[in-house]
Amino acid sequence: MKGQPLIRFSNVNFTYAKTQTRDGWQALKDVNLEIYEHEFVAVLGRNGSGKSTLAKHVNALLTPSSGQVLVAGLDTSIPEHVWEIRQKVGMVFQNPDNQLVATTVEEDVAFGPENLGIPSAEIHRRVTEALEAVGMLQYRLHPPHRLSGGQKQRVAIAGIVSMRPKCIVLDEPTAMLDPAGRQEVMQTIHRLNKEEGITVLHITHHMDEVIGADRVLVMDQGRIVLEGTPREVFSQAELLRELHLDVPQITDLGQRLRKRGLAVPQGILTVNEMVMHLCPSD
Amino acid sequence: MRFRNLTIGQHIPGNSVVHRLDPRTKILGTTLLIVLLFAVDGFIGYALAALAIAAVVHLSELPWRYVLRGLRPLLVILLLTVGLNVFLTEGEVIFRLWFLTVTREGLVRGLMMGTRLVLLIMGTSMLTLTTSPIQLTDGIETLLGPFRRIGVPAHELAMMMTIALRFIPTLLEETEKIMKAQMARGADFQSGGLMQRAKNLIPLLVPLFVSAFRRADELAIAMEARGYRGGQGRTKFRELRFQRIDAVAMGLSIIFTVVVGILF
Repeated sequence: MKGQPLIRFSNVNFTYAKTQTRDGWQALKDVNLEIYEHEFVAVLGRNGSGKSTLAKHVNALLTPSSGQVLVAGLDTSIPEHVWEIRQKVGMVFQNPDNQLVATTVEEDVAFGPENLGIPSAEIHRRVTEALEAVGMLQYRLHPPHRLSGGQKQRVAIAGIVSMRPKCIVLDEPTAMLDPAGRQEVMQTIHRLNKEEGITVLHITHHMDEVIGADRVLVMDQGRIVLEGTPREVFSQAELLRELHLDVPQITDLGQRLRKRGLAVPQGILTVNEMVMHLCPSD
Repeated sequence: MRFRNLTIGQHIPGNSVVHRLDPRTKILGTTLLIVLLFAVDGFIGYALAALAIAAVVHLSELPWRYVLRGLRPLLVILLLTVGLNVFLTEGEVIFRLWFLTVTREGLVRGLMMGTRLVLLIMGTSMLTLTTSPIQLTDGIETLLGPFRRIGVPAHELAMMMTIALRFIPTLLEETEKIMKAQMARGADFQSGGLMQRAKNLIPLLVPLFVSAFRRADELAIAMEARGYRGGQGRTKFRELRFQRIDAVAMGLSIIFTVVVGILF
């Protein structure tokens, strides 16, 4: 798995310029980060922690004020690299309504490949493939405004998949969805990561959504303050609480039980694990 | 207010010969028809044009009432045109009715203008009835393509039309939501005079505009993130293809327009 990282942040700082309505502020402070191919990395942090800013650096929507971001060896600060980088890193945003361009699902999925100048016949093949990958093929002729939030977000993901990127960055893709929609989207992302081998950088503030990740980064005030497997990160319940983040309910329950003297290990992540520890069967 | 069942344009899907024609053929054919209707002068010419339109309607397999429905919103203009022409043209008097004078010339002119308008409306609604907005956009984009060199932003216009079509339902839904929210807080959109009502719309329009601008901003970022950089080097998912039937339809329209236009 290791080798050359797909994405590398070295000493990245980013300051938003002062505008008429807002003071300037530093959103990223000395961020160092490496993401490897096929990894599923989740980024946690409360509002204003810099996680969205981090996401926008990966496909050159923003470029560092100082430091360097390399995507597949390409420096995002060099304008000539931008289009190649956007081909390699796709981005899904929070509001599903504001990222769909076309009047039907299949045309929206075709938008990216059209921009890349891919011949029509190949676009048709990719659109079918991408819609199949997110389970939306039967909706290909629907207008986007007739779909549910979760479905729209899956179409947005298909619109990225059809560009055949190496990495998808999802900036709080479930923030505006109901629980069913969230689940749909999470399943889709995990499947793309496992089956298609697409690297995923998932930005969220829902603790439950990071459980399946290979690695979790916790951000606060522009810095990466904690990094590790979900289990390692959630073992630091005190620190997370200081950062105004919650641990998943089940992890929290485990901690409370341990405080009361039960033999429950640190960092339990799923109900099944909890059951295994509380009622070990032989 | 009910926005849910709103359909944009008046396209009625189908699989007839007319539906399957390339949108470019249909746009050009309609243009020829408009030219023809202004070129001919005399009832034989109009009768022939009417026959041609009737043939197209028949081929489109659309019920006549759909085609005639397009006339309804323009009924007032139609009556006004006919009326003004009938009563205000000077010439050989047929009869007088109080202060109104009907002349032979007026009657002929009024009828001609009326027929011309009716045929114009029916002809152009055949275009919008059988062609989806997307196809129309594609057709307009390719037809304007050659004029790009003299500065016609063909791709940009088509993109704007597509985005407008995509966001009209979204914005209508939002309007409905804001209206309900403001009504829940005591806003009144129904009573009062015209000025008062217009004023009452302010709490609706301000949030709607703010949100539309925010949407536009986010959409622009999303489009850029998906590699959009204008029409340069872009390919099309749906390629328009001229088929033999388009050539036939085009040929027939041109011959018909030229012959009828010259003879009548």
